[in-house]
Amino acid sequence: MAKYDILVVGVGGQGSVLASDIICEVALLENFDVKKSEIHGMAQRGGSVVSHVRIGEKVYSPTISFAQADIIVSLERMEFLRYIEYASKKTVLINNSQKIIPASIINDAELYPDSLIEDNYKNFKEVYEFDAFKTAKDCGNPRGVSVVCLGYLSNFLPFSIENWKKAVAEKVPQKTVDANIKSFLSGRDLYKK
Amino acid sequence: MKVILSGNEAFARGAYEAGVKVISSYPGTPSSEITDNAKKYKEIYCEWASNEKVALEVAIGASQAGVRSMTCMKHVGLNVAADPLMTLSYTGVNGGIVVLVADDPNMFSSQNEQDSRHYARFAKVPMLEPADSNEAKDFIKIAMEISEKFCTPVIVRSCTRLSHSAGVVELGERVDVGSKGLEVDIPKWVMVPANGRVRHQFVEKRLIELTKFNSQSDLCKEELYSNSIGIICSGIVYQYVKEALPDTSILKLGMVWPLPFDRIIEFSKKVKKLYVVEELDNIIETELRANGIKVQKLKRSPLGELSVDEVRKLFKKMLPEYSTLENLPGRPPSMCAGCSHRGIFYVLNRLKLYVSGDIGCYTLGLLPPLSAIHSTVCMGASVSMAHGIDKASDGELSKKSVAVIGDSTFLHTGINGLLNAFYNNGKSTIIILDNTITGMTGHQPNPATGFNIRLEPAPKVDIVELCKGIGIKRVRRIDPFDVEECLKVIKEEVETEELSVLVTNRPCIFADRTVIDSPYYIDPDKCTGCKACTRIGCPAISWLKNEKRAFIDESICTGCGLCIKVCRFNAINQRGK
Repeated sequence: MAKYDILVVGVGGQGSVLASDIICEVALLENFDVKKSEIHGMAQRGGSVVSHVRIGEKVYSPTISFAQADIIVSLERMEFLRYIEYASKKTVLINNSQKIIPASIINDAELYPDSLIEDNYKNFKEVYEFDAFKTAKDCGNPRGVSVVCLGYLSNFLPFSIENWKKAVAEKVPQKTVDANIKSFLSGRDLYKK
Repeated sequence: MKVILSGNEAFARGAYEAGVKVISSYPGTPSSEITDNAKKYKEIYCEWASNEKVALEVAIGASQAGVRSMTCMKHVGLNVAADPLMTLSYTGVNGGIVVLVADDPNMFSSQNEQDSRHYARFAKVPMLEPADSNEAKDFIKIAMEISEKFCTPVIVRSCTRLSHSAGVVELGERVDVGSKGLEVDIPKWVMVPANGRVRHQFVEKRLIELTKFNSQSDLCKEELYSNSIGIICSGIVYQYVKEALPDTSILKLGMVWPLPFDRIIEFSKKVKKLYVVEELDNIIETELRANGIKVQKLKRSPLGELSVDEVRKLFKKMLPEYSTLENLPGRPPSMCAGCSHRGIFYVLNRLKLYVSGDIGCYTLGLLPPLSAIHSTVCMGASVSMAHGIDKASDGELSKKSVAVIGDSTFLHTGINGLLNAFYNNGKSTIIILDNTITGMTGHQPNPATGFNIRLEPAPKVDIVELCKGIGIKRVRRIDPFDVEECLKVIKEEVETEELSVLVTNRPCIFADRTVIDSPYYIDPDKCTGCKACTRIGCPAISWLKNEKRAFIDESICTGCGLCIKVCRFNAINQRGK
């Protein structure tokens, strides 16, 4: 049985916890063992957020070891840099091109590390960058960035589309199921285009 | 049925399945979600207590009345509850009692990283340590059975990595244990010295029996592979060892106190070299050495968390290469846009006062540009420390200092310090930042909120009346968004030679979403680029370097209006008004 170590990173409020919950749910539906770990506590709105999701036949540690991530999903363009120690030449990066300027450079947004981001792309096996925020807005669901990214991620995991939809429906608020499934499918289609 | 639960959700489910009737807790990261999830089971009476000592005493009363009860807290909360715990060990229980304590190795959200396992040894009570969500659920039930069988409270220890990780859990049914009825047993429950001496003998005997039980129980699991080395471990550390050293023999402890010596000696004979891998203090290793068991030394730091890689390093295994990046633009935690604490810290900074701080969101007042916190020790300490500063300087420093404390922290243990300052003729100034909620831990209600844990209406403590009731003459409400008034009032109160209390009157932006108003924007023609508004440290306000003017991100702004109070050029306006 294969194993998938997935790191979901982003900025507080973007929905990384929801995204990792959905990945866990679909893995369970596909009869995998799964563990997830995240750190929350101090007021982290606008802070950096990371979730470790580990899928396999039997998972022990809830956290991924350095250089062992199979996939890093970055919900914000620079956030994957903060967790670069988890990446290796075997890692796939799925990156949302949306930028959220960090509080520490709010006095000079020019300091946003665009060139550092591009330099680091060469350390990955494959890099996919796309505007998840635009896709989410086009779907009429601007808060659905994390679900769009999940849709994109779904192309890299051997799980059925039925189970993905089931997992999304299970985890998002009842009223938003249709909007989120639409965002998920739009994200999934971005890969083929 | 299989579901995915976090460690904390699993603890709550465990309480449900174990037939727990009463849970009383005080919130604290990483333990808060246990009680917040337990309230979803209507069979369990849940409450937020005013502090951890009160919470444990409520659980003791419930046990005495014959039902299974539980209390959940963070590691430092057990310091507050240590007083009842030590004597509860002597009285024992009627209905089972579980004390759930969650440690925070690496201090993700705590002021220290003390190792709670010392408390099991100190109080001479058993401690269980689950290793994943499924065990988190199952161990609550096992702990209840041990509690009733051996007449002892049982501590169940978690940590951040267990509480905030999720895994697959097999759900079970709730056991119906009913009530044993109120227990009347004077020699057992009335701890006067004569009875205490008898109960101490019982405690020592119980510890010997628990040691035997641990060796015989299946809480202790042996996994034999090679005979070269053997590792003793427990809890989340078991997961790290299992992954780092897959073919190593392991003795996994489910009950970490008292230790199962017979099983450990048996295991030690099957391996050439015996190691203990544990997080934080060397408790198990020290105990084994003291009992003459030969344990190999590991060069392990007592600081922070372990991990799979840390365990690999301890055993000199190769690690894959990885790169790191430093000096990335940080995303530090900050007070939320619209936070009702911001105005006060802006004023304290302007007045250059020495600020005794406390535990809560307002500790973030430490960060620039507000930079107005000079101490943080423990819950309630700000009030008592300000009194100490006052007395040490014969009243001089009380004119240059204040204490700040939140409503929940004040009602937790700050009130004791205030009684002391009043009684001992103190002259300090106490600012109670009353935002009507326990913010940092996830917006739990408290006695000054007006609703209970299930969001039903509840009696509300009026903090101003409470302080006046003590007898304090100078008690005033202030509006933290009225900068001019705050400057004037705080200056006045620190200068007076009398104890004074100021109570703020604006809710946490997450406690009452109705206070959110339409956002503000900056008129580029009127903005002179003086930067005054950037000094309040609001995450919605940024500086446009090229245009040399300030800018408000309207998607973040909650319309609190603090920024207009510091703009001298009327450059800030509200949308639609």
